Amino acid sequence: MTNYITNIQKFSIHDGDGIRTTVFFKGCPLKCQWCHNPETQRYEREMQIDPSKCLSCGACAKACPNEAIVMAQPSDRQSPMPETNKEKCAFCEKCTLYCPENIREIVGKAYEPKELVKELKKDLMFYEDSGGGVTFSGGEVMAADIDYVEELARLLAKEGITLTIDTCGYAPYEKFERLLPYVNTFLYDVKMMDPELHREYIGVDNRLILENLVKLARSGARIYIRIPTIRDLNGTEENIQATIDFLKNNNIDPAKVNLLPYHDTGSHKYAKVGMTYEGTMLEAPSSEEMEKYVNMFKQAGFINTVIGG
Amino acid sequence: MDKRGMNERIQKLREISVTTPVHIDLERARIETEVYKQWEGKVSIPVLRAMTLKEYWSRKTLYLGEGELIIGEKGCDPQASPTFPEICCHSVEDMTIMSERDLVSFHTTEEDRRIQKEEIIPFWTGKATRDKILDLMTPEWKKCYGAGIFTEFMEQRGPGHSCGGEQVFTTGFLDYKAQIRESMDALDFMNDPEAMDKLEELKAMDISCDAAIILGERYHELVLETAEKEADPVRKAELMQIAANLEVVPAHAPQTFWQAIQLYWFAHLGVTTDLNPWDAFSPGRLDQHLIKYYRKDVEDGILDDEKALELLECLWVKFYNQPAPVKVGITLKESSTYTDFANINTGGVTPDGKDGVNEVSYLILDCMDEMKLVQPNSNVTISRKTPQKFLKRACEISRKGWGQPAFYNTDAQVMELVNAGKSLEDARRGGSSGCVETGAWGSEAYILTGYFNIPKIFQLTLYNGYDTYSKQQLGLELGYAEDFKTYDELWNAFKTQLEYFVDIKIRGNNVIESVFAKYMPTPFMSVVTNDCIKKGKDYNAGGARYNTHYIQGVGIGTVTDSLAAIKYNVFEKGNFTMKELIEAMEADYEGHEAIYRMVHDRSPKYGNDDDYADAIMRDVFDLYHDTISGRPNMKGGKYGVIMLPTTCHVYFGDVLLATANGRKAHVPVSEGISPEKSADTNGPTAVIKSCAKMDHLATCGTLLNQKFTPDVVAGEQGLDNMASLIRSYFAMDGHHIQFNVIDRQTLIAAQQNPDDYRDLIVRVAGYSDFFRNLDKPLQDEIINRTEQSFN
Repeated sequence: MTNYITNIQKFSIHDGDGIRTTVFFKGCPLKCQWCHNPETQRYEREMQIDPSKCLSCGACAKACPNEAIVMAQPSDRQSPMPETNKEKCAFCEKCTLYCPENIREIVGKAYEPKELVKELKKDLMFYEDSGGGVTFSGGEVMAADIDYVEELARLLAKEGITLTIDTCGYAPYEKFERLLPYVNTFLYDVKMMDPELHREYIGVDNRLILENLVKLARSGARIYIRIPTIRDLNGTEENIQATIDFLKNNNIDPAKVNLLPYHDTGSHKYAKVGMTYEGTMLEAPSSEEMEKYVNMFKQAGFINTVIGG
Repeated sequence: MDKRGMNERIQKLREISVTTPVHIDLERARIETEVYKQWEGKVSIPVLRAMTLKEYWSRKTLYLGEGELIIGEKGCDPQASPTFPEICCHSVEDMTIMSERDLVSFHTTEEDRRIQKEEIIPFWTGKATRDKILDLMTPEWKKCYGAGIFTEFMEQRGPGHSCGGEQVFTTGFLDYKAQIRESMDALDFMNDPEAMDKLEELKAMDISCDAAIILGERYHELVLETAEKEADPVRKAELMQIAANLEVVPAHAPQTFWQAIQLYWFAHLGVTTDLNPWDAFSPGRLDQHLIKYYRKDVEDGILDDEKALELLECLWVKFYNQPAPVKVGITLKESSTYTDFANINTGGVTPDGKDGVNEVSYLILDCMDEMKLVQPNSNVTISRKTPQKFLKRACEISRKGWGQPAFYNTDAQVMELVNAGKSLEDARRGGSSGCVETGAWGSEAYILTGYFNIPKIFQLTLYNGYDTYSKQQLGLELGYAEDFKTYDELWNAFKTQLEYFVDIKIRGNNVIESVFAKYMPTPFMSVVTNDCIKKGKDYNAGGARYNTHYIQGVGIGTVTDSLAAIKYNVFEKGNFTMKELIEAMEADYEGHEAIYRMVHDRSPKYGNDDDYADAIMRDVFDLYHDTISGRPNMKGGKYGVIMLPTTCHVYFGDVLLATANGRKAHVPVSEGISPEKSADTNGPTAVIKSCAKMDHLATCGTLLNQKFTPDVVAGEQGLDNMASLIRSYFAMDGHHIQFNVIDRQTLIAAQQNPDDYRDLIVRVAGYSDFFRNLDKPLQDEIINRTEQSFN
């Protein structure tokens, strides 16, 4: 399989320690309703277009050498919109040059490991001064080809760059095992303890995720537990207590716990990749509630618990 | 407007300073005219200049504000702006325009205009240095100046840019007089053909010292008189202490912290009254100069931190009370501000190379934080030895978003100065003043001569030397864009054109330099600058220990991206032909969307840590540097380069049609060494990396602007990240970095409702200014500077 990267974000300051570069892998096995990176959900490359800014001018269709774009009339729009035939599109980018609004963009780029590491190495000076490094995120990096990811991890280690893996935990444990020698910290999402709710809002069972967490902890890995916190869903005393109990019962001692209040800043991105945001009813817990949950963790002995990344 | 200042006294003084309208004060011009009428031709020119200062200070209206602890104003009261008709004699029309223009206005009364018309203009017309310069100037220079190839700093201002050394805080004017006497006694009238000239210069310096002493005595009298009438015993005691201070300074060396500041202030007034050197005068390493007085006073029990801070805040008000002298025409465009560029650098290293941060350094940070004034321009200079605590305290103030302090790299400054021929110790005593320019403080005349429009020269290269904006042939005829068959051919033509225009500029500089050396000596400045007394030579004629001239390059981002766009699309990818590109540029890219998209969004851009574009930047920089650096000036010194725009990138963009990088006609060119607007899309680390590929140590200063929204630098983590960016940039030899921490919405709102945001200060380029004082294109420019926002 080809591994696509949607973004290499430099001066990333919320995905681990210090100043980091975060690599967003394309493709994710989960379908979280609150996902704020919908463009990273599918594994394949895609053409992204912002329908709210489309002038319906047809310049893209005219420019396409493969006749992959036709102007179609969607039912929810007054004027026509370009429709791209995925089979015919060669990702030549010609259409993007002629769009007067510059709203056509290919999401997903493939890199040779050496080429990617060369890019990631550029900010070495900043990593070293700030105690930062590289973070692999997504999408889900653990869903990517593990040979590719391991090669990247190995090359980074060779350069003396510390690596953080931001993961949902939903992957065979063997994949984690192969990365262990190279990873400094895992940012590990523990979204909900209730398996039913987990299936309903995330699309898969949480058993594998929790098992992997236990194994990772036993291996001695440095772990930050991250909980995207949504009011009345997992932002409940019950779920927080269940999470604490789980960590306690399994002797998991994370270096940090991040409670990440829900936000919908990614919702505008859904239309660009032809998806609909299902999380419109979701909201963040109040700041009092967030404080309360932080204190629950702290009282349980997880002193290093903070709101936000 | 919020009340700022540590106590009621400071709040009142600050309020007066920031609310009083700037107004023209003709007292100096009138007295000077009288002196010239009576004495010109009868005494030597240096003596005539000194007599002007002495007469003005013997007769000028004195100002003693209620509650003031540091005293002395350049004009008759705060925000008064004396004029310098000997340099630039304003017409009555100028006087009306400066009063009525919306921005950077200087109020003039009908009486002012009458005096100007009846007394000043008749005497000075044709005599001012501005007239002399234009008389002697080459026709090529005039054409280039008019078309915006370069600007000229001395066209209506004195050669400036100066910064006091330690002597300004330790030496009384009687001490200087003794030094002058010694130098006079050492003159060799038998063998030195210049001995007579030196004697005249030394006489003039001696008269300047008398002028300072007279001013001190007059203030002493005024303070005693005021004290006598004062009913409040607390204020009365204060006035008596000020009077006691004036018995010591400026005649003698100061004994206390308070006196040292007062002595500095007299020197500041002297320098800025003598000849209005633009970029005012700065106290240099204020913290290091004051520390010995601070420690002694604290030990003697006569000073604590509160009192020391109050005195510093009084000094800050004094700086703010002095607007930069009025500018008109192109000079106003290149420097559209009241700011007089007094730049205080805190931190750094000591002359023997130790960490320079001391107790006063932290007080200065508290002072700038509390006062929030654009003058003085307060900054910090950070060395490898600077404690993290100091850096983080400075970051804490900087992230409040009004542009101060900016951060300078001490280690780079020292290496730049040593590279330019200064001794290691003098280099460590130096730093950056004005905007970012390095100098050996107290020992160097380092003169900015003008901005240089690099993108415009490249544009002319595409048109056989023809300027499409002013519609005239300015450059050499080396062919049109389509004649260049390879990138190298194009580059070589650009190189030849650039060298040609630098020659024109330097030839013009030499004219100006000789005019000032001959007609506008500055004896007061010479007294306080090392080696002028020893050499018996004026500051404007090579008297200082070091003499350097700078030409400031503007638009390196724009020209780099233009070259990159052509190299990549025309010569390598064959995406379009040169002819097609020129057609698109001439149409301002209207109807040429694909070419626009390719040059604007799909070509390598400087500022993204992309070696393709950054290597071109380096080529441009090396060309500019190699063409200018090391060339001799007329004072026995050399030329150096600085990459700095002040506000000139707006003017230079205005005189330039669409460029090959997709920049539309009349839009500002890139500023400082920052990337072209919106060209940097990879965040601040990539910008910093790109900028660091320039050889900063071979320059005499560079300017890098970074704008953040507040959330990026929030919390302890935000401070750490900011400090890391600075440390990393400085480890890569970056010279200077400054931060605007403001969100875009705030700026847009401030543009729409200026009255609601009268307090809003932004970093413009090497200095901060009130947003409301900026004109619309510059406001737009600041709004549009790529907003670095993350996650």
